[in-house]
Amino acid sequence: MFKIAKYISLDIIKSKVIIAYTLLLAAICVSIFMADEDVTKGLVSITTVMLIIVPLVSVVYATTYYFNASEFTELLVSQPISRTNILMGKYLGICVAILGAFLLGVGVPILLFAASITGLTLILTGSLLTLSFISLAFLSSVLMRDKAKGIGLALMIWFYCSIIFDGLVLVFLFAFSDYPLEKVLIAITAFNPIDLARILILLQVDIAALMGYTGALYQQFFGSGLGITFTLFMLMVWFLLPLWASLRVFKKKDL
Amino acid sequence: MEYIIQVKQLKKSFGKLEVLKQVDCDFSRGGIVGVLGPNAAGKTTLIKSILGMVIPDGGEILFEGKSVANSFEYKKNIGYMPQIGRYPDNMKIGDLFKMMKDIRNVHENLDTDLISAYGLDAMTDKAMHTLSGGTRQKVSAALAFLFNPPVLILDEPTAGLDPLSAEILKDKILQEKAKGKLILITSHILTEVDELADKVMYLLDGNIKFYKTLTDLKAETGEQRLGKALTKILS
Repeated sequence: MFKIAKYISLDIIKSKVIIAYTLLLAAICVSIFMADEDVTKGLVSITTVMLIIVPLVSVVYATTYYFNASEFTELLVSQPISRTNILMGKYLGICVAILGAFLLGVGVPILLFAASITGLTLILTGSLLTLSFISLAFLSSVLMRDKAKGIGLALMIWFYCSIIFDGLVLVFLFAFSDYPLEKVLIAITAFNPIDLARILILLQVDIAALMGYTGALYQQFFGSGLGITFTLFMLMVWFLLPLWASLRVFKKKDL
Repeated sequence: MEYIIQVKQLKKSFGKLEVLKQVDCDFSRGGIVGVLGPNAAGKTTLIKSILGMVIPDGGEILFEGKSVANSFEYKKNIGYMPQIGRYPDNMKIGDLFKMMKDIRNVHENLDTDLISAYGLDAMTDKAMHTLSGGTRQKVSAALAFLFNPPVLILDEPTAGLDPLSAEILKDKILQEKAKGKLILITSHILTEVDELADKVMYLLDGNIKFYKTLTDLKAETGEQRLGKALTKILS
């Protein structure tokens, strides 16, 4: 498993896309920190950008790579290696590369400019987000046979998390505006890893007060130890559950 | 006789399409079996089932008497050359061979005949994505033979190879047969099967139409060439 992972990450690191991704992240972070004296504001800006780019790149790149390496997977399956090891090796290899890019591009600038609890939270949630979206990418890859459909599904997942979900929540809020929905909303956020990450970071920044009554409620829940544990736990679920599911599908898949 | 691979009532469908309908066959050590059949007859599916790449819907496959379902250790004994070999793009030829040795954890008793015969050792620095289709075929062939496995499964081995390289491969196949290995070959080139095979299996619409030795086949039909014999028996 680790051998496969090693070869895959070495293969990815040599590709230009992952270098471009690292440089892009680094450029964004450094320029934001340079442009603004206020580090906290900088972190908020980085969060906004990161919550769009990181899931998108992770999910699309992992899916593309999965399909491009599908013949290589066939080759590995014909070798004396268990399927679990093959998929996990692939997963680890891709994760090391993309997560490495994220840590270099975002982690290093943050540690240099804003090494605070908030900064560390951002790095941690960004990493978890990367892992969850690679898991989701794997799930969509093993479910679909051809590349176009696989990438399509991966993009749908991203659309759902970054755009559609917010719309659905708004519709829901509007439709049930007569009821007290604050607690329900907390439960609903668990269905979107990007929202979970956003809340986790923003509450560290202490600007939750700007978000009105719900924000205050969020602060009360998500700001507490229990809330942070809950959010981290849900992010872990978002990363482990799709991975487990894709492993199950992959074991029975025809190649 | 002791069979190394036994296929029992193998069934496989993709969606509504029944690719293999109850296939029963046995392969014994030593000898070359040519698997023939029109496109979509189920040749590759049969091979892939033996390799555990396709999970059968029914029936079972035994390798040295043990079921291959949910196991992977038996693949140590198989060298497989796919129809189209594709490898990680940025990897160099040399790295690929190193990686396969590393993954299999076998570094001794390697068969590097084909690597040197095809001059692959002179281009270890070439990245896989710069290679032509034919060169990739050579890499696939060299990989299949590398670990000296007792069973070789070659899916259309000479398709895409130039005549000279194809000859090298054929000679190699005959050499390995002489060592008592079982070699399964699918091919559409009948003259090639005629040259190499001891037994011929003909698959048609997911069933085995016949599976007999080449000499029997020729004797039955009274033809000297496999192509003629096939047309006679199938018409």
